[in-house]
Amino acid sequence: MAKQVLVIEDEPNIVAAISFILSRDGWTVGTHANGETAVQAVLEAKPDALILDVMLPGRSGYDILQDLRAHELTRRLPVLMLTARGQRTDREQAERLGVNRFMTKPFSNAEVVETLNELVPG
Amino acid sequence: MPQSRLTGSRIRERRLFLGQKQSALAAAVGISAAYLNLIEHNRRRAGGKLLQDLARELRTDPRSLTEGAEAALLGALREAGQRMPELTPELHRSEDLAGRFPGWAALVAAQHQRIRDLEQLVEALSDRLTHDPELAASLHEVISAVTAIRSTVGILTEGGEIAPEWRLRFMGNMRDEGRRLSSAAQGLVQYLDAGADRDMAPVVPGEELAVFLDQRDHHLPELEGLHGATRDQVTARINGLIAQVGSLETAAAKDVARQHFRQYVEDAAAMPLAAFQAARLDCGGDPSQLAARFQQTLPAVMRRLAFAPTMDDLPPVGLVSCDGSGTLFLRKALPGFSLPRFGAACSYWPLYQALSRPGHPLRAVVEMPGATPRRFLCQAICLPREALRFDLPPVLDAYMLIEPFDDARMGDAEAHALPVGSSCRVCPRPGCAARREASLLSADAV
Repeated sequence: MAKQVLVIEDEPNIVAAISFILSRDGWTVGTHANGETAVQAVLEAKPDALILDVMLPGRSGYDILQDLRAHELTRRLPVLMLTARGQRTDREQAERLGVNRFMTKPFSNAEVVETLNELVPG
Repeated sequence: MPQSRLTGSRIRERRLFLGQKQSALAAAVGISAAYLNLIEHNRRRAGGKLLQDLARELRTDPRSLTEGAEAALLGALREAGQRMPELTPELHRSEDLAGRFPGWAALVAAQHQRIRDLEQLVEALSDRLTHDPELAASLHEVISAVTAIRSTVGILTEGGEIAPEWRLRFMGNMRDEGRRLSSAAQGLVQYLDAGADRDMAPVVPGEELAVFLDQRDHHLPELEGLHGATRDQVTARINGLIAQVGSLETAAAKDVARQHFRQYVEDAAAMPLAAFQAARLDCGGDPSQLAARFQQTLPAVMRRLAFAPTMDDLPPVGLVSCDGSGTLFLRKALPGFSLPRFGAACSYWPLYQALSRPGHPLRAVVEMPGATPRRFLCQAICLPREALRFDLPPVLDAYMLIEPFDDARMGDAEAHALPVGSSCRVCPRPGCAARREASLLSADAV
C-alpha cells in the first residue's frame, strides 16, 4: 500500500512540483492550502507524513504544528516543515514545537524525497 | 562638605589661571610644594582648613573647588564601565581618570553615548526588517517564485518519465513563476532604492503622521488657542496644517492626521496652554490632580502632558496608547524607553494591564533592559472610547504616560521595578514568561 503524504502549502506551483516528484516516487499525495482548516484536514486525511509550510493564509505553520502535537492522533505524525526563513531562531522554534525535519526554501527535489523516505521508511 | 577627587584638578586649574607658582601657593597655605603637587594630581585630598586656605589664596569659594560640572562625565564613565564588567574597569577610579586625563575621559564618555545611539538605531532597523509588511511580502514573493522555479527545473532536467501534458503544465508554471520573480525582484529593488533615500520612511498611514509629529516633538502651536472657534474655523486650521505637512502623502494618512489634530484641538481648548503649564508645575505633573483641576479625563490630560512643550523643572514624558486589540496607535517615545514601530509591544507594560481593568488607573515602576537598565514610572488608564451602548460591546482605549523614574523626586529608591522590554524581537531578557518570539539580541533568550 502506497505511503500517504499531505502537503499543506498555499503556493500552487510549489504544490504541483512537490506532488509530482513524490507521486513519481510512489507516494499518494494529498494537498491543502488553508491554514485555518489545516488541522481538520490532517485529522481527516490521516496521512503517514506531513509537509507543512510556515507562512499560510489564516494560520501559521507553527500554530498548526502546536495543535497537531497536542492531539492524540497526530502527536507522533512525522512532519517536514518548509520555510522561507532559515534563521536559527525559526528552526529552534520549530524544534521546540516538535518538528521532525526543517527545510529552508528553495529546496532540491531530491532533498524532499530523501527526507520523507527517512521519516517514513519502507 | 562633599569632596570630589577632582578637587585637586580644579585647584591646579585655578592656580594656573591666576599665574601662581606651585611653590608659592604651597608656602602661602603652609604645606610643601610636593604635597600640593600630590593634591593637584588628585593623589591626596584637601579638606577642612587646608581647603579653606587654598580657596582664600586662590580667591574663590571652597565650593567651586569641590563641586563641578563633571558629574555628568563621571556618570557617563561609570555607565561605560558597567557596559563591560568582564573587563573589570576600575570604576572607583573614574574621578582619577577624569581628573588626570580629561580628554580621554570625555572620549570614553562620548563613545559610550555613540554606542548607545547606534544600539537604538539597530533596534529600530531590526524592528523594521522584522515587521515591515512591505519588505516581508516582497521577500516572500521572491523566495516562493525561486522555490517553484528550482523545483520545476529539477523535474524537467533531472531525467525520469514526464507525460507530455505534465511537461506542458510545468513549462507554463516556469513561465508564470519567471514573470512573478521578475516583478517581485523589481518591486524589491524599488523598495530598497527608495529606502536608501528616505531614511526610515513610513510604510503605513499612521507612520506618516508619526514622522511629522516626531519632527515637531508632538507640539502643534498652530492648533493652540482655538477655544471658541467655530467648527469651520477649526477645520480650516486643520486643513491648512495638513497641507503644510510634506510627509502626509496618502489620503489614508491625511485622515489619520485629521483625527489626531481634532483631538488635539479639543484637548487644547479644554486645557489652554498657559493655564495648563502653570497647573502642571503646581501639581508636579501629576495627571490625576490635573484631571481634577481641569475636569477632564485622564487620557485627555495624558495627551496634553505629552504634547505640551517640555518644562525645565519637570521631567520629559512619553505616551503610548492602544485599542482593545492591543494595537498601538499613539506613540511619543522617551530616551531609553523604546516603542516598537511595528507589531506588538511587551505584554508586561502597564498599558496592557490597564486593558483588563477598565476605569482603574494603574501606576508602576518598570525597568527597561540594557547595559545600564533604566527605570520609568508608568501611569496607565483604560476607558471606553465612546458612550456605552446596550447593543455593542464597548470600544476600549488604553493610555500610558511614561516618565523617567526620579529617586529624589518620587522617593522610595528601592521601589520594586517590573522588568519589561520594548518588543520580544529586540528584548534580551532570558526566560521571560511573556515571550512570543525569539530575540535578535541573545541566542539564549527563548
